[in-house]
Amino acid sequence: MSIATRFVPSGLLLFAVVALAVPASASSGWNMTPGVTEISRAIYDLHMLIFWICVAIGVVVFGAMLVSIILHRKSRGVTPATFHESTKLEIVWTLVPLGILIGMAIPATTVLVQMYDSGGEDMVVEVRGYQWRWQYKYLDDDLNEQISFFSNLSTPREQIRGQSEKGENYLLEVDNPLVIPINRKVRFLLTSNDVIHAWWVPDFALKRDAIPGFINEMWTIVEEPGIYRGQCAELCGIDHGFMPIVVYALPEDEYDAWYAEQLQLARVEDQLMERDWSEAELLARGEKVYGTHCVGCHQADGQGVPPVFPALAGNAMMTGDFDTHMEVVYHGRAGTAMQAFGPVLSPLDMASVMNYQRHAFGDAGSSKRAEAVKPKDIVSFAAAQ
Amino acid sequence: MSAVIDAHHHDDHAHGPAKGITRWLYTTNHKDIGSMYLWFSFIMFLAGGVMALVIRAELFQPGHSFVDPHFFNQMTTMHGLVMVFGAIMPAFVGLANWMLPMMVGAPDMALPRMNNLSFWILPFASLMLISTLFMEGGGPDFGWTMYAPLSTTYAPDSVTFMIFAIHLLGASSIMGAINIIATILNMRAPGMTLMKMPMFVWTWLITAYLLIAVMPVLAGAVTMMLFDIHFGTSFFDAAGGGDPVLFQHIFWFFGHPEVYIMILPAFGIVSHVIPAFSRKRLFGYDSMVYATSSIAFLSFIVWAHHMFTVGMPLAGQLFFMYATMLIAVPTGVKVFNWVSTMWQGSMTFETPMLFALAFVFLFTVGGFSGVMLAIAPADYQYHDTYFVVAHFHYVLVSGALFSIFCAVYYWLPKWTGFMYSEALGKLHFWLSFIGVNVAFFPMHFSGLAGMPRRIPDYALQFANFNAWSTVGAFIFGLSQLVFLYVVIKSIRGGQKATAQVWDGAEGLEWTVPSPAPYHTFSTPPVVK
Repeated sequence: MSIATRFVPSGLLLFAVVALAVPASASSGWNMTPGVTEISRAIYDLHMLIFWICVAIGVVVFGAMLVSIILHRKSRGVTPATFHESTKLEIVWTLVPLGILIGMAIPATTVLVQMYDSGGEDMVVEVRGYQWRWQYKYLDDDLNEQISFFSNLSTPREQIRGQSEKGENYLLEVDNPLVIPINRKVRFLLTSNDVIHAWWVPDFALKRDAIPGFINEMWTIVEEPGIYRGQCAELCGIDHGFMPIVVYALPEDEYDAWYAEQLQLARVEDQLMERDWSEAELLARGEKVYGTHCVGCHQADGQGVPPVFPALAGNAMMTGDFDTHMEVVYHGRAGTAMQAFGPVLSPLDMASVMNYQRHAFGDAGSSKRAEAVKPKDIVSFAAAQ
Repeated sequence: MSAVIDAHHHDDHAHGPAKGITRWLYTTNHKDIGSMYLWFSFIMFLAGGVMALVIRAELFQPGHSFVDPHFFNQMTTMHGLVMVFGAIMPAFVGLANWMLPMMVGAPDMALPRMNNLSFWILPFASLMLISTLFMEGGGPDFGWTMYAPLSTTYAPDSVTFMIFAIHLLGASSIMGAINIIATILNMRAPGMTLMKMPMFVWTWLITAYLLIAVMPVLAGAVTMMLFDIHFGTSFFDAAGGGDPVLFQHIFWFFGHPEVYIMILPAFGIVSHVIPAFSRKRLFGYDSMVYATSSIAFLSFIVWAHHMFTVGMPLAGQLFFMYATMLIAVPTGVKVFNWVSTMWQGSMTFETPMLFALAFVFLFTVGGFSGVMLAIAPADYQYHDTYFVVAHFHYVLVSGALFSIFCAVYYWLPKWTGFMYSEALGKLHFWLSFIGVNVAFFPMHFSGLAGMPRRIPDYALQFANFNAWSTVGAFIFGLSQLVFLYVVIKSIRGGQKATAQVWDGAEGLEWTVPSPAPYHTFSTPPVVK
């Protein structure tokens, strides 16, 4: 007796949570976001439609269960009925759900067909996943790379370790966000350099796997300017939880200005190559590159996480000859997480980071210091490959 | 002729269980092996549960708290593998061992020595699996789904031991399945036609076929991983002309039937308990059998709904979406039949019935989120979020696991000869029911709000949901100690159980005394 009275309220309570809390607080982070694109709103509507159909079915099924539990109990002295089959009923509750499912499938198909309509884009961005950062490449009409940069988590480690207060966008902030214009059809090409990642921004309702050796595509037309945040959605190793996505959607004219500026900066970067770099300059630049590309595995102190990620500190390679060092950085180590940085880093950045590594973890202070490696050396090494 | 047979059986009765450890090592008795399976699965359930609590403790609040991300990933991976291959599957095989021969009126399983072997592989395979956590470089850290190339090129060395453990676990499952099919098809009592078999027997027969069909596929997938890692092949390595997505297709061709392997026997159990405590025959027996068969068939053609984001062509997405939605039809039929069984019954609410009702209620909630996940365009937003985690824990914990609890309480008096403590059983039920919902319901919200699964740390807006999930997980985890106590107490003594135990229960297992003698049905009963 008391069992049923306890069962009833907890069952109802739970159900009330589903039925009321979700839609009522759509904007307070309990429910899927309606997002800022036509597709994301269509998906949200679809989600709510299916949800309410489920609620309606739930009311009928759980309602019948509850009536049984309350009325058809032995303690009320009822004698059990003896019916135990009805072909008619079985047919009804096969066909009715089938009809409901067809009702769901029609709008779902419509939205899916719309999402697959990826032609007629205004611009193309290649999204490339790395352990554990994203690379964005802006491609021109012939798919030649115009601008390229990496996007890394910028939340300070102290916040993660609890040594300082967590910021508002904890774990959802990056150094270089992806910048796209609103009201233009942006087509994304996704691939990966190592393992499978997945690029997901909930407000655009875009999620697609970035798979090594594959090029996936998807598109969006963002309607409102703003900052949109997402995360990698496919387990990709130790720092899977630490490779967020931030997208700045700018009004068209602001975007065009930003794009022009970036093109300009890219040209300046090319000219930097020609300059003669002092060792101090290389070291300063190298420290930044190390912080972007190497620190995830080899750690800030160069101790790595042996045996998965070997230590650089005390590693013979740091004091050995440049060619071996360059060989590993340029080509990576097959069969390990050490990727080939040849296609990733500019000669300037590679020279800088090698100098930094050797300075920080190798022969710093030694009187027999090898001469610094220069960007030119990398270029000639690359040419010889 | 019959005199000879009787004399032979008389001899059998003279043999009780052997004494000492050799009883358990050498036993070919289905009851002994069933008990070992159940104890083994409970130990693995506790081991996997501790891993879950490590995960939940780390996620209690944002920031790094207890374990580093590398160990966190090992915990999510091992929790999944241990629960699937160590806890749920062996528990169902244990129940099958104990109950199938008694339900079909057979003296034992058809292949008793193989039965012994298929059990004794398990502890060693599981030890090997768990030992990877202590190896240099750590245990498997790429999720129980083992997606290549994270699980091959980028995996720790211990992956080789995991692969071998999976081979062994698979071999054990296949042997168990063969044994179950052989028993059901060959050893039924005279008069028990297929369409008179108890539902648990039916669901296990279908499950066993699923196992034989897909465990070799999993073995193939992990073997290809092994070759990629050690023998220079490139099945899943794009750089060598391989295809990382191929792994997912193979894995989920195993993986989707696998989730039905973990739920079909549950359907069978609930189809016994609800009629027993409603004191009314199961409604729509025939349609239950057909629905179970349909679900088994559909399970082979829906695998890619786990892969809606890999970039399949539109036609592929549509096919897998429609096929997946179709599963709701036979599953709905089952739920409607259970509710109709209760309808105008004369219900009482002992612990097995509470678990059965909670199963119908919460499994249906998991079914609803399953229908939502089937909708491919919406799945872009759900995929790999906590919404999925909520979904499959509703069907596996409050589904499969609750049905196992339900079965244990239902048959425990038959096994031990003593009634369990109803008060403690209800305490276990209510703590589990509350714990499960507090743990897993908020995951729907954190998933919809945008929290990816398998992350060791998360943005601040997910903090409240995660705190609740952790509280619920600890309530649920600790309440299993009550279960352990109830079972041990019932083994040691208590109110004597009658042969019938439950006044509404039907089936051959209730015609033998409680506790069931070491050998039952040496002379087959006749089923009318």
